[in-house]
Order: sequence, then structure tokens, then C-alpha cells
Amino acid sequence: MSDMATHPTPAPAAGAARPSPSDVAASARARTPVEVTGAQSLVLSLEALEVDTVFGLPGGAILPAYDPLMDSVKVRHILVRHEQGAGHAAEGYAYETGRVGVCMATSGPGATNLVTPIADAWMDSVPMVAITGQVNSTSIGTDAFQEADIRGITFPITKHNFLVTDAADIPQVMAEAFHIASSGRPGPVLVDITKDALQSKTLFSWPPKIDLPGYRPVTKPHSKQIREAAKLILAAKQPILYVGGGVIRSRASEQLRKLVDLTEIPLVTTLMARGAVPDSHPLHLGMPGMHGSVSAVTGLQQSDLIIALGARFDDRVTGQLSSFAPNAKIIHADIDPAEISKNRVADVPIVGDCAAVIDDLIVQLEAFAAAGKKGDFDAWRSTVTRWKREYPVGYTPPENPEAIAPQYVLERLGAIAGPEATYVAGVGQHQMWAAQFVEYERPNSWINSGGLGTMGFSVPAAMGAKAADPDRVVWAIDGDGCFQMTNQELATCVINNIPIKVAIINNSSLGMVRQWQSLFYNERYSNTDLHTSVGSRVPDFVKLADAYGCVGLRCERPEDVDATIRKAMEINDVPVVIDFVVERDAMVWPMVPAGVSNDAIQIARGLSPKWDREDDPASEQDLDADGSGVHHEMAESALYPEGMEPTDDPLATRGHVAAPDDTAATEGDENR
Amino acid sequence: MSKHTLSVLVENKPGVLARIASLFARRGFNIDSLAVGPTEHPEISRMTVVVDVEELPLEQVTKQLNKLIEVIKVVELDPASSVQRQVMLIKVKADQSNRSYIIQTVELFRAHVIDVGTDTLTIQATGNADKLRALLEVLDPYGIKELVQSGHIGIGRGSRSMTDRALRSA
Repeated sequence: MSDMATHPTPAPAAGAARPSPSDVAASARARTPVEVTGAQSLVLSLEALEVDTVFGLPGGAILPAYDPLMDSVKVRHILVRHEQGAGHAAEGYAYETGRVGVCMATSGPGATNLVTPIADAWMDSVPMVAITGQVNSTSIGTDAFQEADIRGITFPITKHNFLVTDAADIPQVMAEAFHIASSGRPGPVLVDITKDALQSKTLFSWPPKIDLPGYRPVTKPHSKQIREAAKLILAAKQPILYVGGGVIRSRASEQLRKLVDLTEIPLVTTLMARGAVPDSHPLHLGMPGMHGSVSAVTGLQQSDLIIALGARFDDRVTGQLSSFAPNAKIIHADIDPAEISKNRVADVPIVGDCAAVIDDLIVQLEAFAAAGKKGDFDAWRSTVTRWKREYPVGYTPPENPEAIAPQYVLERLGAIAGPEATYVAGVGQHQMWAAQFVEYERPNSWINSGGLGTMGFSVPAAMGAKAADPDRVVWAIDGDGCFQMTNQELATCVINNIPIKVAIINNSSLGMVRQWQSLFYNERYSNTDLHTSVGSRVPDFVKLADAYGCVGLRCERPEDVDATIRKAMEINDVPVVIDFVVERDAMVWPMVPAGVSNDAIQIARGLSPKWDREDDPASEQDLDADGSGVHHEMAESALYPEGMEPTDDPLATRGHVAAPDDTAATEGDENR
Repeated sequence: MSKHTLSVLVENKPGVLARIASLFARRGFNIDSLAVGPTEHPEISRMTVVVDVEELPLEQVTKQLNKLIEVIKVVELDPASSVQRQVMLIKVKADQSNRSYIIQTVELFRAHVIDVGTDTLTIQATGNADKLRALLEVLDPYGIKELVQSGHIGIGRGSRSMTDRALRSA
């Protein structure tokens, strides 16, 4: 094991005839152009851009670049097993560091395998540069071997992309690519370089001129808009902060915390913004959206002012757009002007970087406060915090007390691994449970594929995060379906000494699809059975982990959950994979079915919140969103005890109704 | 729906047209007409795009265009303060009996005969959409054999220059 887990060191420079990249860089830094190949120019550019890690896989067209890369002592190349893994690893790296993640692949199939992570980075505004080899410039358009027009293919899913056919352009293009990827609204940039450009001789000097006349992102907000926003805030009675991923990208958590404490306005954090404000903050109402908490969803619905910061009114947050927060005025701050008024028209649009916007808002609100003008949100605050107290995110324990509730695994994982760990989810039920039941206390402790919803994101993205920050505990929280899409990167993790931890929430199904089949397709489970625990274990995840040189653990009983997690926490030299065999029929609640109003939120199957006070915020509606005419029986065991406080008892935390096998079960029964 | 004419200054680089066409396709915007050509600055090209959208989607079109790195400036040409032209080439049937009538019509529309065949005339007409439609209605009874039409191009009235202003702010 240990011999495999050694860190590969770059090979010594091959012969004295060829200068090492750092020698060349030293002279190049003096702005004296040096003669190099295009490939060397590429590696020198990466070094000059302070890239320390590249995830990639070589092939014919990119081959010239891999030769000088071998000599680089500054750039560590991590050889992945599939290019998709390289792309997601670059994303994980970018999340963890806030810097541009870099991935590299060859032409044709290598490049098309990067399409999914590029699209993922595009949807979630992740700073990433993808470098691809291209066939010789003279062969472009001839359907040459491994030719694909990756630039054309990625037009709609990149912030920008380049085709380089002349080696002389490489430094400038690389500098521009990194600038575009990391500034303004971050995003993926693709640099496609022909093989002849990599092979030909050129002059390298640094820094090159950046010439982008059409690219001038606005970061400083307009003071008039800030003043208008502050006035709306003072006039509001029921304001709410709708915090999106832009706050994370802009590293504005500290400012935001200050704004919340200054104004005492309640807030929600979207799936992309979990951790932007600690979940433990009393005014934090949780996550909004399709699987959001009652307090967050209803808080937005009932507000009279939404202050959207780096959020984009995604359909998974708004539900049916026409009935979303019908009485709310909108302040919408975003660095991308195209997001403002795209889905919901803003009353006060603010174009700017979230950190700058919040800073300026604080200054303005403090000035108003000094003049005796302050908002009064006391009544509203007590209403929303009561909702938060009365409808915590909880779950129904499995009917079989021997079975593990998946939510319980996430609860315990979050409690044991703690807020300093980084949690990287795949896509589906486990992702929603990870967003709901792990408490996030710091920005970038939560990494997931939000916009594109890419199954298979977790393992490679966790690998990228761990490679970027080796001292941090990084948990990949994956489903049995997701895990089978990208688990080949466990080989990369083992060989490159990247000891991630993987928690497979194994319900033997494509769980989220199965949930929809349960709710909307008469429990007809078409093609969602994966046979990974029920009936058979294909594959056996423990054996699979073992085959890769990881430690594989299996947990099948609720009472073993803690011990298994603790055991995994103690193993830090190789990756650990835990196969948590969980109850199959667990569903993600609360839920707003697709396409209906957020007022129709259900806390469990067929069960709406009981609004029995005079401020009744929403009409109770029956869940029959798909019009299938299926009557959904009310789950008898789904009642949530009023005022149930979190305790230290691991089996009775956070609205958890009943534990599978101890006295708490009686408590749950009482609530039936 | 209503028609809007956008003047778009772009960097003169390979692939810009494909990028813009891809954006329109992806966002579901309908292009009514598109014309591209060089400007007085060799590094800048100008596109005139006529889109058929409502006011709010138009704002999205403009913002999305502005997001493209190679797009330098986007301006909507107001019909009242700009001039817009299209070019049309029409091959119309013409025999001895009606040839002179057709030539008279062409002159009325300040169009030109640019090619004469044994039984056809080819006419070049320039103007806005209304004028060209009127000409076509008049020529239609003679029999139109072939028709080709350019995209709209447009320019603001008065002394102000869009390219000058764009370059100054760049």
C-alpha cells in the first residue's frame, strides 16, 4: 500500500541540452523573450500564472505539452482515469482554493469527455480553465483522427473559449483565459491548442498584454442604487435576505454576517450558498426551494422585500414563478447584469460584486441609523423564527427499526466530522439530505453540483478539493448511482496520495427518480433499481474499494453508524469508502412538487404545515402536482413534535422523530 | 412581438458570428435579419441584427450579447433617429411588350436595372422594408423568377459615431 501511496516526484530535466522550465522562466521573467516550443510556452505560462496543480490525461494531440510538463517542478500534474474526473477535480480545486482550477485533455474524445464538467462549471460559475489539444491546424475541418470542434461544442457552456493555431499567441491567450475565468462572474474558459502550435518554435515572454476591449466587469455598485435599496429596507415590514452562490464566490461571508447582525433581517441560503452564514445563526431560516425548510420557503413567500445577493431566482428556488413571493419587492444584486430581472423583475437592480454591494449597504444603513432611521422587523422576526422552531427539517424513521435512515447517516456524519471538514455531494436524494442535515458553519465547506445536477460529481470533486488542501478532511457524500459513474478516480486518489473519504448512501436505487415514481407514477419503478444492496450487491462496494487499494467499510445497522464514521476518521493515509446500506423508501422532505406554487410545500407525504394562527401564510393544498389523480395518503408517522429541541443525544437531534432502536422510538410513537 | 434593430460592434476574430448565432439559438431568440461587415477600424466588425421580441426579452438579448467577450458594444437603433436600408436583387420576367413599363416602375422606385437578359431584367433596389415590399407588389404580376435580399443595415442620424464612442470607452 505505502509504496503506491508515495507522491510522484517530477523526473529530472532530460539532458543539459534542454533548459528546464524554471531556468527558462527565470530569464523570461526579465522580459527577455526566449526561444521555446509552443508546448514549453504553455507550461511556462502555467507556471507564470502560479498554477500548482493540473488534472488531466494525455493523448495524441496534447502529447507535446506533456513532455515539458514532466520537467516542471512547479506544476504538479495529476493523471486521472477519465477526463470527466479531471474536470470535476479542477472544480473541486477551485471551490477549495478560490483560485482557477485547471484540467487538460487531448483532442476529440478527450475534449468531449470534458464537456460535462465544463457545463457544470458554467452553471455554477466555477473558475476553471480547460486546456485541450487539437489536431494540426492544416487538418482542421477534414474529419481527421480524433478531431472534434470542441470550441464550437463549448460555445454555449463556456464564459469564453479560444482556438490557438499560432504558438506566439499562447502566453496572451493563457493570461486572458485565467483573467476571464477568475474575474467578474467566474466561469469556465476553454483553450484549444493545435498540435502544430504546440510543436513549433516561438518566443516566450511574460507578462503578455491582455487585450479584451469587450470585457469590463462592473464590480463597484452604483451609489444611487445602494441608497434606493437601503430606503426599501427601512420601509419594509417583512424583509428577507435571499443569499446565493455569488456571496461564496465573492468571499463576502464576513460582510454578510455584519449586515445580518446590523439589520437583524432573517436570511435563507440557497443550495449554492450553504455555509455563507453559519447554520447556527438564529436568523438563518435554512435552505429555500423544492426541498427547502418550511421557514425558508414560507419566509420568502410571505416577505414584502427580498434582498437577493448573488442569487438567480432559479426555478428550483422559486417554484412556479408567477406565484413566487407575490407581495415582495425585489432588490437584486449580482455581478452579472443579465441575471437581474431575467426571471423576476427587480425593483432595485444593483450590478456589482457582492462584497462591495454589502459593504456599501452597511455604510448606507449605518448612516441612516445615525440619523435615527431604522427598520422595525421585530414582529416578522418572531414569526419566522417561530416557523423555524415549529417546522425544523426532520424525517420519518424507517418502519423497520433495524434499518438505517439515510438522513441519520448525514446527521451523524456532520456531527462527527464537524464544521471544519469539507463535504462534497453528488446529485440526488443524498445531496438534498447532505444539504439539509449537515450543519454548515463556514463558506466553501459545502461543494456540490447545483445548476447542472451532475451525477458523478462527488468523488472527483472531492479529490480536487483534497489535492488543493491536503490537511483538510474531505468527505465525498455519494449515492450508489452517482458513485458508479466516476469511482474510477479512487485509483487516482490512491496513487497520488489523496486520501478522501467516501460515504455511499446506498439505497440500491436511483433514489430521487424512485421518489418521483413513488409520488407521481403510481409506484411503478421503471429502471431505478440498481441492485447494489437489495437482493444482490452488484458491485460489492467494499470489495471494489479494496480492489482500488482503499479501505472499504460497510455499515448496515443504525447502532454502527457512529463507530464506522469514527473509524473512517482515523484512517488518513488511504481513501476510505463506507457503504452505508440505508432504508430504500426514505424520501426527501419537505418538498414543493415541480411547477406548483411554493405555498404548496409539504413537510411529508400528503401533509402540509398546520397554519393555525391568524397570520396563516398559505392555503393548504393537496399534493397532486402531476395531475395524475393519484390520491396521496397522509403518512401517519410524519408529525413533527412541537418545540422539540435539539439535544446531544445522537438519536434525537434536530427534529428527528424517533430512533430506530431505543427509547426515542416510544417518543415517536406518541406522536402518531 | 415587435421588431428591434440592434447594432453590435464585435472584435473582428474568427468564430464571432458562430458564437453570436449560437447564443441566439440557445436562448430561443428569433433573428429576423442579420448583416455583418467590416467598419472603419480593421479590428472591429459591425453586425446589424433585427430581432422579433418583446421589451423584456429584448433586455435579455442585449445583456446576453454584452456578456460575450468579443462583443464590444450593443446599441438599439431607434427607427426615428436612425436610417436603415436593405438591398434586394430581383430577376423579373420581361418581354418586348412590358419591358418599358417595368423600367419606368424601377425608376419610380429609384431602383436600377443591373442586368438585361433576352426575357428578363435584373433589378437592384435599396430601401427600407416598406419600400421594398411595395416594389415587389408592383413587379409581382410580371412574374418574379428569382429574389435575393440582404439583411438590414442601419446607422444613427446626426454626427455621433457609435464606433468612436465604443473605442473611447474601451
